[in-house]
Amino acid sequence: MNSGYFKHIIRFIVLVLFQILILNNIKLNGYLNPYFYVLFILLLPFETPRWLLLLSAFLLGFSVDMFENTMGINIAACVLMAYLRPYVIRFVASKQDYEPGLEPCIRDLGFTWFISYSLILVFIHHFAMFYIEVFRFSEFLTTFYRVLGSTVFTMVLIIMSQYLFYRPRK
Amino acid sequence: MRNLFSFLLKNYFFFLFLFLEIIATVLIVNNNYFQRSVVINATNEFTGSVKSIFSNVTEYFFLKQTNKILSEENSILHALTEKSYIITDRSTYLIDDTVYKQQYTYVGAGIISNSIHKRNNYLMLNKGVADGVNKDMAVISPKGIVGIIRDVSKNFSSVISVLHKDAKISAKIKKNNYIGTMIWKGIDYRTAYLMDIPTHVKLTMGDTIITSGFSHIFPEGIMIGVINNYTILQGENFYTIKLKFSEDYNSLSYVYIVNNLMKNEQIKLETESQDE
Repeated sequence: MNSGYFKHIIRFIVLVLFQILILNNIKLNGYLNPYFYVLFILLLPFETPRWLLLLSAFLLGFSVDMFENTMGINIAACVLMAYLRPYVIRFVASKQDYEPGLEPCIRDLGFTWFISYSLILVFIHHFAMFYIEVFRFSEFLTTFYRVLGSTVFTMVLIIMSQYLFYRPRK
Repeated sequence: MRNLFSFLLKNYFFFLFLFLEIIATVLIVNNNYFQRSVVINATNEFTGSVKSIFSNVTEYFFLKQTNKILSEENSILHALTEKSYIITDRSTYLIDDTVYKQQYTYVGAGIISNSIHKRNNYLMLNKGVADGVNKDMAVISPKGIVGIIRDVSKNFSSVISVLHKDAKISAKIKKNNYIGTMIWKGIDYRTAYLMDIPTHVKLTMGDTIITSGFSHIFPEGIMIGVINNYTILQGENFYTIKLKFSEDYNSLSYVYIVNNLMKNEQIKLETESQDE
């Protein structure tokens, strides 16, 4: 179990660094920006206690906010996403039982399951974050395009990463 | 009491969620009203030093272009020095130096981090209180305006870019001195809007927009951009003018921080006359 914690801590650090040093400098079209770091919340194991889920999401948002100078925005979006995660998991496959030891990734639960699971959560995160950042409804539609565009961008990166680091089960 | 306690315990997931979101909201609100957020100030030094390591590396990729811009600017400055002028009239010697009192001083600074893709963008510069930088100073580049200093720590300062929803800059049309306000509506980092120009003013495409100097912050005559397009909405008394920034904010690497030496005097006089 200890090595399991270690893996997630490393993943946390790598994703935050990747986000702030590389992805935040990608300016596709001038306003689309992928927020790939949410992959950390997606990949936490099913057995994670709920309080740990929320606290690690808080810490994740806090570290990204610190470097982006947008104190609070990523925190709010990440905590919301982590709060809704158990409900989304139940919603996506209500009949199927999740066997212990399985991880939420393409390898263990298949492509369709992973896509619907991560698409819903990534959309929730992006939606919350972009609207909190703009903080007014007068630019509703343009913000919505940014949400959709960035969601697609993030999803492409998440799926790519799933196949890039694919290791068959021993 | 016990019932309340067991209720809280049963729904701890929801209440923890609520608690964390409240913390986030407090942080967002503090940040949105630009009160100096304690957290950001404390972390500026730390994040600044991490980012400066990164920008030390990336700066090398832009060295060639930066050198070109610097040498262009040098050539302009050389043209302005005393040596470049031939004295045609001896009477110029009679002008007393005290007639020209210096109002603005400039500090050169490098950019550590920059963003253009958000609705509210910020820059971080490698100069701070130790270099004489203070809050509310203007930041300009050789080709145009950049922003206003928001927070300063010992060695770093963060700047509200003109690409920000609260950036309102007093501007004027160079050829006829009509005053308007420049705002940025998001999405495209190359275009901004100039408001409050009445419809009887004659405009042409390509008219130059410069700062008006009415704001204590920006000196007069700093380039903002050129008119790209203008329309009159039905029933409006003012133009909607689209302008193209003269500076490309995506490729900034060096800027100047402007210090208005007479700012306090101006503000003092202004508040005195408002009080009456």
